[in-house]
Amino acid sequence: MNLEQTKTLNAATGAPHPVHKLTIRELAIKYGFLVLLLGLILFFCAFTNGFASPQSAVFILQSVAITGILALGVTATLVVGGFDLSIGSVATTAMMASSYVMVVMGGDAFTAMLVCILIGVVVGLINGFLIVYMRVPDLLATLGMMFLLVGLQRIPTEGRSIATGMTMPDGSVASGTFSPAFLALGRHRFDFVLPNLVPVSVVVLILLAIVIWFFLEYTRFGRMMYAVGSNERAAQLAGAPVNAYKISAYVISGVFASIGGILLAARLGRGDIASGNNLLLDSVAAALIGFAVLGAAKPNAFGTAIGALFVGVLLQGLTMMNAPYYTQDFVKGGVLVIALVFTFALSQRRR
Amino acid sequence: MVQEAVFRIEGLRKSFGPNQVLGGVDLELRAGVITVLMGANGAGKSTLVRIVSGVYDRDAGRITLAGQVFSPSSPAEAIRAGVVTVHQNINDGVVADLDVATNLTLDRLNGRGAPLVFNPRRVRREAAAVAARMGLSIDLTARISDLSLADRQMVAIARAMAHEPKVLILDEPTSSLSSAEAERLFQVVERLRARGVAILYISHRMSDIRRLADTIVSLRDGRISGIFEDQPLDYEGAVNAMLGKKISAGDISVRAATAPVLHAANLQLTPTSRPFSLTLGGGEVVAITGLVGVGKTALAETLFGVRAPVSGGMTLDGADYAPRSTRQAIERGVFLVAKDRGENGIVPGFNIYENISLPFLKRISNFGITSRRSERDLARTQIASLGVVCRSERDEMSTLSGGNQQKVMVGRWLTQASRVLILDEPFQGVDISARRDLAAKLRASAIGRATLVFVTELDEAFEIADRILVMSEHTLVGEHRNADINVDKLLAEIAGQHQMVG
Ligand SMILES: Nc1ncnc2c1ncn2[C@@H]1O[C@H](COP(=O)(O)OP(=O)(O)OP(=O)(O)O)[C@@H](O)[C@H]1O
Ligand SMILES: [Mg+2]
Repeated sequence: MNLEQTKTLNAATGAPHPVHKLTIRELAIKYGFLVLLLGLILFFCAFTNGFASPQSAVFILQSVAITGILALGVTATLVVGGFDLSIGSVATTAMMASSYVMVVMGGDAFTAMLVCILIGVVVGLINGFLIVYMRVPDLLATLGMMFLLVGLQRIPTEGRSIATGMTMPDGSVASGTFSPAFLALGRHRFDFVLPNLVPVSVVVLILLAIVIWFFLEYTRFGRMMYAVGSNERAAQLAGAPVNAYKISAYVISGVFASIGGILLAARLGRGDIASGNNLLLDSVAAALIGFAVLGAAKPNAFGTAIGALFVGVLLQGLTMMNAPYYTQDFVKGGVLVIALVFTFALSQRRR
Repeated sequence: MVQEAVFRIEGLRKSFGPNQVLGGVDLELRAGVITVLMGANGAGKSTLVRIVSGVYDRDAGRITLAGQVFSPSSPAEAIRAGVVTVHQNINDGVVADLDVATNLTLDRLNGRGAPLVFNPRRVRREAAAVAARMGLSIDLTARISDLSLADRQMVAIARAMAHEPKVLILDEPTSSLSSAEAERLFQVVERLRARGVAILYISHRMSDIRRLADTIVSLRDGRISGIFEDQPLDYEGAVNAMLGKKISAGDISVRAATAPVLHAANLQLTPTSRPFSLTLGGGEVVAITGLVGVGKTALAETLFGVRAPVSGGMTLDGADYAPRSTRQAIERGVFLVAKDRGENGIVPGFNIYENISLPFLKRISNFGITSRRSERDLARTQIASLGVVCRSERDEMSTLSGGNQQKVMVGRWLTQASRVLILDEPFQGVDISARRDLAAKLRASAIGRATLVFVTELDEAFEIADRILVMSEHTLVGEHRNADINVDKLLAEIAGQHQMVG
């Protein structure tokens, strides 16, 4: 919708009827964040060695791939006026589940992925059911689900991480291994400009971003989801099966999170109980930063992708400028606050 | 009785981008006088109100309150100065997540010198006092979001009255009230007039205006086009001045129905109400009238699949019709223009064409992909046909005036042919001339479908219907052909029946 509006606004500027000139404030709201991103990239290119290289670009994309995928999923729930706090734990549960399937049960890569996707679907359905039919507020339902999953993923191994050759609680040694095909998801790189450049996770991120963007902006299902989020009662009286749309949004979010979990497991090559702590906050931040992109002031897939990218660029640039790692969260928080100011203060000034 | 004006507006101007809305408005409000501001949809009435109440900034002009320059930079400042407003958009006047008592006392808790710690019992006592002064009989502990729009409107009004205003501004306060509630409002307004409050009253309802007006000011295209203060007031002159033309007469030639389209047999809406039967024929326009709360909306929603009847069945074109969802109803060609557009119609995040296409996205999409071109074509057709005042079909809904938003809501359901078109209070906020035009459009397009209109105002029923049915206590109690109507009998059915049982 944002792209459409930009296009039509541009068209209007050249049109014969009374020209609507964008004021400076409107321009700032619309393009401010993109200009900021561009400025940041130029700045780092000028002041660091090696920022302006394909490797560095790919590194940035790789660093935000998994959070980006989760953020795209949570965008779907934001669109229907909900929220999904369980995405981080769905991702780690998927990671643990895929490891368990392969290492402990000796399953193959395909089974492992299928189990993960199923987990995503089931969690999404349960979230949706709690919110739609049990009338539990979205934040509380998904918070409960988050706790539940964090606990659940530890039960099969009694709290241990899963790695090839690990000792099971009963003293036996796990016989399975991570399948090479599965590990390839984390390690294979496609040739693009340079040989062995683009990792699978980045390709998945880009594909999913395009799919969800197209879905939300150009299909009637996406439009209806926005309608549900904006005025549920009006959407219902316009014939929309509101409950189905809401539940679908949580299923999308669950599936995206489990895809993120698969990629995480493939990258780490183990089911690490301690990883994925930052996933939830980082992806929510990306989705919220997305509100500011192109002055949308609402959840949107393009903005979410840009939001994730923004955080990645900033962190990579700062790292290359030797900023200490412990300042990262502080920087992310700062970006989020600025983005929210862009969205809400600037666009809702009195007329 | 000529008095000094307490509130004076001079040369007020306001534009949105290139679009000039107010082009130098002069207006005076005098203490103890109700000034009615009349103007067609989009004339700039609400914009004027938003400026004097501190919501919008003005481009030019001078406002004085009791001789002092008045230029509020926020709504709170305007209220503190004694200029109190009830806005057209009801939800601007209440906080949906709080209960009634807190809403009624919110400004006390908020104002300067408010106590740091508040005593819930005292809040409730104060709220009860405010409610009593308004004759409000609402549960004070109910949450606003659980109330009907009419109740919310009453809370918003009560809250405004509680401020001890010097100047009170009411922007279409009766648009969702029943006549009983409106009567209570009128009495309070008259009490305030007697106490010397200067009142600006905006309405499209002639019955309100006849009842309250001391002075009428007509606004046309952002300029004052007439001031009427000599008794008896020249209502017709005021209407002509606001329209810039003579209004078309609302006479209609009554038609008979062709074959039945929708038939409801022994329909029972609530467990205690009496079942009734209803037949709607092709080509006819049927109005159902009755007081607010007698089940008009319940019947509309039953026909549209939002709720199921307690008992009874329906047939549509001879086939069984028992919709379990609005989607099923729409697929069978039964459409509902719901009342209270802000709640039930408008998707605020969407622009005009996205709002119009909403129910029919499936029909105008290819393989699930929406066709913006057809959406915009549909919207442009409706904008032209209903005379929606806007810059283009891409305008945001929030930039339209109330009456124009309503036209978009009706237009939405005229984009596709229907078997049964149900309209629940379709004229809310629409000006007199546009109302006549809309009624004429609905009648002209009525061939080939059955049209059912729910209205509380009798005038509206007379202007549009071939048959008028009366509803009371969730059942139908009378039927009239809209020619040589026995008005006394009609009124008795509306009121008498009600009293007999209630
Ligand atoms: N925020 C806004 N941005 C752009 N245009 C606006 C905005 N608010 C109002 N307008 C335009 O100003 C004009 C006057 O609107 P206003 O709401 O004052 O009309 P009104 O007289 O109250 O009409 P109604 O009887 O339908 O309520 C309309 O054409 C409307 O489109
Ligand atoms: Mg208005």
